[in-house]
Amino acid sequence: MAMLNFERKYRVRGGTLVGGDLFDFWVGPFYVGFFGVTTVFFSFLGTAMILWGAAHQGVFNIWQINIAPPDLKYGLGFAPMMEGGLWQVITICALGAFASWALREVEICRKLGMGLHVPVAYSMAVFAYFSLEVIRPVLMGAWGHGFPYGIMSHLDWVSNTGYQYLHFHYNPAHMIAVTLFFTTTLALALHGALVLSSTNPSNGAIKTPEHEDTFFRDIIGYSVGTLGIHRLGLFLALAAVFWSAVCIIISGPFWTRGWPEWWTWWLNMPIWH
Amino acid sequence: MDYQNLFTQTQVTGPISRGVPINSYDQRERTQGVSFSSLLGKIGNAQLGPIYLGRLGVASLAFGMAAFFIIGMNMLAQVDWNPIQFIRQLFWLSLDAPAPKYGLGLAPLNEGGWWNIAGLFSTIAILLWWFRTYRRALALGMGTHVSWAFASAIWLFLVLGLFRPVLMGSWSEAVPFGIFSHLDWTAALSIRYGNLFYNPFHMLSIFFLYGSVLLFAMHGATILAVSRYGGEREIEQIVDRGTASERAALFWRWTMGFNATMESIHRWAWWFAVLTPISGGIGILLTGTVVDNWYLWAMHHGMVPAYPVTNVIDPSLATPAFSAPLQGAK
Repeated sequence: MAMLNFERKYRVRGGTLVGGDLFDFWVGPFYVGFFGVTTVFFSFLGTAMILWGAAHQGVFNIWQINIAPPDLKYGLGFAPMMEGGLWQVITICALGAFASWALREVEICRKLGMGLHVPVAYSMAVFAYFSLEVIRPVLMGAWGHGFPYGIMSHLDWVSNTGYQYLHFHYNPAHMIAVTLFFTTTLALALHGALVLSSTNPSNGAIKTPEHEDTFFRDIIGYSVGTLGIHRLGLFLALAAVFWSAVCIIISGPFWTRGWPEWWTWWLNMPIWH
Repeated sequence: MDYQNLFTQTQVTGPISRGVPINSYDQRERTQGVSFSSLLGKIGNAQLGPIYLGRLGVASLAFGMAAFFIIGMNMLAQVDWNPIQFIRQLFWLSLDAPAPKYGLGLAPLNEGGWWNIAGLFSTIAILLWWFRTYRRALALGMGTHVSWAFASAIWLFLVLGLFRPVLMGSWSEAVPFGIFSHLDWTAALSIRYGNLFYNPFHMLSIFFLYGSVLLFAMHGATILAVSRYGGEREIEQIVDRGTASERAALFWRWTMGFNATMESIHRWAWWFAVLTPISGGIGILLTGTVVDNWYLWAMHHGMVPAYPVTNVIDPSLATPAFSAPLQGAK
């Protein structure tokens, strides 16, 4: 069941970080491991907390569910359960689940004899979450600065937080992050399209990496190559997430005015006079 | 770290690759000059060039540079031709679309006329470049997937600068050419139409944008992680699956219960990337033409969460202009 025809020979013992053989098995297509157990624990508990909060508020419209962080008056302390305590527990559960997931990926990498690129890349996304919900609130002195859990409410948070700094597009780290997001998507479109255009040719047999290089050299004079595009794509994606984390950490802890005003240092440099 | 294949450790310089031969008439359009960069070689191919010129490419570059030149000269005129002030104020300078009073008519050059010409030239440049990608793909017998992905970006470009302004009846609706000015345009559009975050097509576009970045991180990392098994030789792996593909697939199967194949991951990639501008363009096209206020639209559809009462009057709800019947929300 649930096994690909080549899968059996890859399902080997070992590679676990903790627990030895204890959880070294699969359930359907999923590998379990010690960190699979902790992932399930944290994600189920966190989801249950969200549902509890939703039930307490009587809101089950998926768009309107909102689990808000504590009021600013609680600072960095614990809040009563229905006044932000839920948010605090859910945040702990989320971080527990994310860390478990990353470590489970490490175990799977070790089983398959793969490099650790995926768990490292995933950790960058966890870092961005950690920046929003822990680093920035701690630097600003209250959990109330974290974003709420809810589809529309987190969008409202982004909107409101952006306008607190007048015009967030002027945040230089935000500019870099957005540019990297667009560039990554452009590169992904080009890479996906190039491979598909080689394996689904308009004429003749399936094409080769020589054709891929030739196409890109014809078009823009450079082809980064089959290995290089994956290095480039991974770098662009991780840089996009990294600068996103930077752009929000600096907003508040290190710059409290409108972001358009930040740029006056450039206009006022002595070299212009 | 030595085993993670993040950089090329030893660079081997082979003979120059002149590329797959094309017909002798077209072959003359490939430049002869080729150089090598060991810095580029650290992450990818070290070879720079050759490039194919061709009539479409040269015409496209000519129109593109003309548009760039027009924008630059307009900005330079705005600082009274002072090159120092041009650099100092570069991010603030802008070539704006004509004022609303000109509608879709022609404005004097210094009141937006130059904007129309720069927009026309850059559109011509982009369309010529599209034909170039299409022709080069066919010349090599390859599929035209790059061209159609490019077309999805052109769709968004044309929505912003042509389709929506025409539907709104005024060039003034279009995006200005300038660093800060196009950011101002974006923020102003969002505020004017009731917060674009409530626009469902904007939501989809952001979903695909973030999804594309997630996919490239996952795919790039997976291929690098199996590069010790030759995973970067994707075309070979597609037609003749090897252990690199099998490990890459099993990694995701064991992690999240589902895996792509070496070919299908590139279809996921293509669609996520392509749907970003497609859905974004739809969202922009509906804004102001079909829906006047996305917040009220979302309110009408029961999507807006309730927040604790603060006793601060929300001006958007207190202003009579916003209580008029909703456009597009029946």
